[in-house]
Amino acid sequence: MSTLLDVKDLRVSFPTRTGVVEAVRGVSFTLGRERLGIVGESGSGKSQTGRAIMGLTPEHGRISAEKLEFNGIDLTRASKAERRALRGKRIAMILQDPKYSLNPVMSIGRQIIETLRTHEPVGRAEARRRALDMLAAVQIRDPERVFGLYPHEVSGGMGQRAMIAMMLVAGPELLIADEPTSALDVTVQLDVLGILHRLVADRGMGLIFISHDLRLVSSFCDRVIVMYAGRIVEELPASRLSEAEHPYTRGLLNCMPKIGVDRHPLPVLDRRPEWAL
Amino acid sequence: MSTAERRMPARRANRRAFATLKSIAGFVVVVATTYLGLLAVTFFIGRVVPIDPVLAIVGDRAPSHVVERVRQEMGFNLPYYQQFFLYVKGVLQGDFGTSVLTTNPVMTDIRRVFPATMELATVGTVIGAAFGIPLGVLAAVRRGSLADQIVRIVGLVGYSVPIFWLGLLALLVFYARLGWTSGPGRMDVVFEYTFTPITGFFLLDAILNRDWAAFRDIVSHIVLPGSLLGYFSLAYISRMTRSFMLNELSQEYIVAARAKGLSETRIIWGHALRNAAVPLVTVIALSYAGLLEGSVLTETVFAWPGLGLYITNSLQNADMNAVLGGTIVIGSVFIAINLLSDVLYRMLDPRTRTR
Repeated sequence: MSTLLDVKDLRVSFPTRTGVVEAVRGVSFTLGRERLGIVGESGSGKSQTGRAIMGLTPEHGRISAEKLEFNGIDLTRASKAERRALRGKRIAMILQDPKYSLNPVMSIGRQIIETLRTHEPVGRAEARRRALDMLAAVQIRDPERVFGLYPHEVSGGMGQRAMIAMMLVAGPELLIADEPTSALDVTVQLDVLGILHRLVADRGMGLIFISHDLRLVSSFCDRVIVMYAGRIVEELPASRLSEAEHPYTRGLLNCMPKIGVDRHPLPVLDRRPEWAL
Repeated sequence: MSTAERRMPARRANRRAFATLKSIAGFVVVVATTYLGLLAVTFFIGRVVPIDPVLAIVGDRAPSHVVERVRQEMGFNLPYYQQFFLYVKGVLQGDFGTSVLTTNPVMTDIRRVFPATMELATVGTVIGAAFGIPLGVLAAVRRGSLADQIVRIVGLVGYSVPIFWLGLLALLVFYARLGWTSGPGRMDVVFEYTFTPITGFFLLDAILNRDWAAFRDIVSHIVLPGSLLGYFSLAYISRMTRSFMLNELSQEYIVAARAKGLSETRIIWGHALRNAAVPLVTVIALSYAGLLEGSVLTETVFAWPGLGLYITNSLQNADMNAVLGGTIVIGSVFIAINLLSDVLYRMLDPRTRTR
């Protein structure tokens, strides 16, 4: 399996008034054309890991890595312009809530076309056709109509499909999905996941699926990384998640309620400071 | 295709036309109500101020039967609701009465002075927006940088320095010392007899007349007061732009735009400012309306024969018709500008459009 992404000792820190906060503290993993899940509670550094790969770490944040390589391109040495050229074209990202992550004053069609025309010199008619194809690919039944709608005029599920269309239209090889279904209704979640799954499989993309939902990740990904306090505490195939050894992972698993089983009281997550060391 | 399907688009078009009509009707009702309220307030002010309009005309030495006759001629013996009705009727016909001070119909006076104010206010707002918006954007994008601090200080000075002082200083430096611009007034006396006003907006009139010598002279007269008002609205507009932009730049769709690989230029001007423009329209419209009231101080310093100066003079001479007429004009302008900004708002923000 060819390596798409190689991360070694990635660190992201933010200077604050009370000292330096290290959000990511030495994360290493490699990714092929597979689906990798990153789970962890809020503040565990999973989102910042994704953003560092995208090159979207906030201005004041500091990144260091022994190795951050995408398809043989050294991202730590790439210029701003080079990284920008990669974004949207070869590495794309899906954000959490389509209500906030789509530009409210721009029609959905224009937002999709914008991605395409930023990276490829395509004409108007061609761009429009490809945007409509992309909308059809995310299983929107009436692409022509949705094309002209504004984000506030569509539902959450539809908005997230539009977001996926916008991010995949230029054909990226790596997709980082940062809690892509957390803001959606449970029934819609599965639809969107199904669409995502199909597109990732059909196009042979690599996927980093960031989520706090352990069950979702285990059913959707090939491999799972569990993060705690900016570090990877455990990495294992999704199918063997139930065999996880680290107490934190076990804790996360134990917190999940099960239908038909009396779980009173539901165990509370144990956080020991020594795991963060 | 069935008949029902074929009729669908027509019905949809009908519904849309109906919705448009309904929103226009709504506008008309709102404007009419606001206007009536405005007239009621001015009428009320006109009756409660301790100025007797009859005495103002006949003088305080007139015999009592003369005073009584004039009072009846002017309709002051009628009940208030009838007076109000006559007042509204007059105003709707463009009749604000006669100015005691100038002996002209108030409407004629206002037609003369209002374009002067509007021309100055327009120049000021254009300058304020043209410089204020980019400065505000720059300050927001480079938050905390030297550029931000400079914009902040420029804004602070604009807020806090009295305009008459700055006006006098500007006249002293650019007119008296350097001679780069013309002094007070709208144009040189030389042109006063050759120049024929058409619209009352001298810049426009000069262009229409193809009188380029006059145009240059008018520009050199308006440049100082125009820049001064422009500077003051710049101070306000740049502060507001900065805060609107900071708000937009922290939104998630900006992260998404970056994730798409867009250039910073495109993100700032195409995405963030496009969203910030929605509230900015209101800010600029209100600052424009504020300038249209006539900036008395600026008009005084620059001897600008505008509405502010006119109303102030009338007020000092107890010329109530002129004061109320001017107030109504200002109120109407406010209503019109609010209406305009509402329309612009709808154009800029799809969320406010009725469907």
